[in-house]
Amino acid sequence: MAPKHKSVETRFMEARDEALRALRGLDRRSFLKVAAASAGAVLARGLLPPHAFQLVNVAYADPAQPGWSFAYISDTHLYEKKLNERFVRAVLKAVDDVNALSPQPDFVLFGGDLAQLGKPEELAMGRDILKEVKAPVKMMVGEHDWFLDLGEHWKSMFGPVNYSFDHKGVHVVVLMSVVERDFWTARKMTPLERMQTVAGLDNGTQSRFEVGEEGRAWLKGDLAKVAHTTPLLVFSHSPLYKYYRDWNFWTEDADEVQAILKPYAHVTVVHGHTHQLLSNRIGNIHFHGMLSTAWPWPYAPTGLPPLTVMMNRADPFDQFDGTGDGRVVMHADGVADKIYNLWDRNPVTVRASFLASNGARDKPMATKLVTY
Amino acid sequence: MRALLMALGIAAAMVGGLGGLGARADERPHHALKKAQHGGTVVGLCDGETATEVDVAPGHALSPQEAQAVSDKLMKEWRDKHPEASWDDTVAQNTTPSPDVGHGAGTSKHNAPPSGGAQKGAPEAQPQPTTSTRAPAATQPHEQTGTYGAYDARDELVWRSETQKFVDEGNRIFHDAKQLGGTIGISCDMCHPNAANTHPETYPKFQVQLQRVALLRDMINWCIENPVKGKALPDDSRTLRALEAYILAQRKGQKLDYGKH
Repeated sequence: MAPKHKSVETRFMEARDEALRALRGLDRRSFLKVAAASAGAVLARGLLPPHAFQLVNVAYADPAQPGWSFAYISDTHLYEKKLNERFVRAVLKAVDDVNALSPQPDFVLFGGDLAQLGKPEELAMGRDILKEVKAPVKMMVGEHDWFLDLGEHWKSMFGPVNYSFDHKGVHVVVLMSVVERDFWTARKMTPLERMQTVAGLDNGTQSRFEVGEEGRAWLKGDLAKVAHTTPLLVFSHSPLYKYYRDWNFWTEDADEVQAILKPYAHVTVVHGHTHQLLSNRIGNIHFHGMLSTAWPWPYAPTGLPPLTVMMNRADPFDQFDGTGDGRVVMHADGVADKIYNLWDRNPVTVRASFLASNGARDKPMATKLVTY
Repeated sequence: MRALLMALGIAAAMVGGLGGLGARADERPHHALKKAQHGGTVVGLCDGETATEVDVAPGHALSPQEAQAVSDKLMKEWRDKHPEASWDDTVAQNTTPSPDVGHGAGTSKHNAPPSGGAQKGAPEAQPQPTTSTRAPAATQPHEQTGTYGAYDARDELVWRSETQKFVDEGNRIFHDAKQLGGTIGISCDMCHPNAANTHPETYPKFQVQLQRVALLRDMINWCIENPVKGKALPDDSRTLRALEAYILAQRKGQKLDYGKH
């Protein structure tokens, strides 16, 4: 039976393909023209809800603001390509995004969960894809990379899990925060069973994430030589605070870690794992979540930090809705603005002034489709 | 009530007749009724035993009067066999269809016509006819009884545990790409931990992307076909039913709010 009319998905894909064909080889000025035209055409024809597919202009750094920026790609959750191309397409899109940024970011942070089940071939494919990134890439480990072999392959490919460097006056720390207490030995789990248990979010069997005593000792040692006036930029896979325990949107020893960061005047923590717009402030520490390229998580039923402006509920019919990548602009005074580059939606910027004023100033655009 | 009984009785006979024709063997019990002896159609009551042969060729319909007579005959036979059953005559005789019911006529006392004064907040409630034929309360047993309500705490425990088993089965499927029939390793929980963001209480609703009014199962099947990359499940699939059971069970206590966006 031949369909009498095209489905919404078909029309969506056609509109998208048409726009993408038109985009090839365009300079930025023409890009903006095509973007505006595609949005207008789609709206005028009444084909699609306005958010379904339109080109959005990439958020460019405000040239008036001195400082520097880095971009991120996070939570790609790659399976082997022969099993699943969906997530591969998504990370390729993110690589294109960051390579198209002008000016280029100083580096690209990879936020963890490169692989879905920590398999060497998944990690190797991710590494090869990230080699296409023009800017230097800094790697962070996530639980999906870790629990098959407790980091053996990841470390052999990417080096130590805790490290730090100084960049333009900011002390940058990459901190492994997804250590879990042994829940597998007593249950006689195979390595793959252990990995699959950790891979499930709503799985009560596993332990909670923590930086752990060893990690905290490393952090203290690393910061011992850093003046309290130096701005800190900390990357962790899990949020370094307590959001929702049941889904491990959580770091069990977050209070101890925050205590180590407390003496510093400006601390920005950028984390992965939660796959959503997420903002928090605890004293001097500003927290920002990163988007995933693979899929968005819903907001947890409780514990959402009050300063978070939620993202719209994702359209289940659009693979790329609610996902994306992003950037952080570091200002000369040591504070950071976070830009969420949501694919197929307008970008959302959460400014340092919004967090510093406890939400009084520079409030990001509110969501239309709330989570329920 | 009688209309309902008749409908159930006839349905029972139909299920009995079709039981062997490729129906799913694992689930629904069916009533085995005697075969027609005189070329008519056997109509059974929902007890699975009481039956009568009606002089109407298979595939032909009775007139409403004839159907009512068959229903009355079957009910009388059942009540003669169960003189101890506590049968509420007033409600049983209330066959006037209520225009605003929409859930099948006469399923319960709540569907009594508005004139019965049973509606909450009716300003000038008339005396309820259901009470007029009853004996004074003092002579009634402690609780209402009846074959349908004759279950105890143990029965409830069994039902609860059966329901939970089905919900648990749905839970396993929800978390398992293979059981979902998926081909690319994606399972429901990857986007919907604890079935979050599935909001089954908002269906049916117009789903603009599907250009139709969708039920929860339409969305489950959409997800199975697209992100999960499996095959859509038929309506009577045990997998689909178990998934629905799990998703609904995660939203216990949520107010039904169909049509919500």
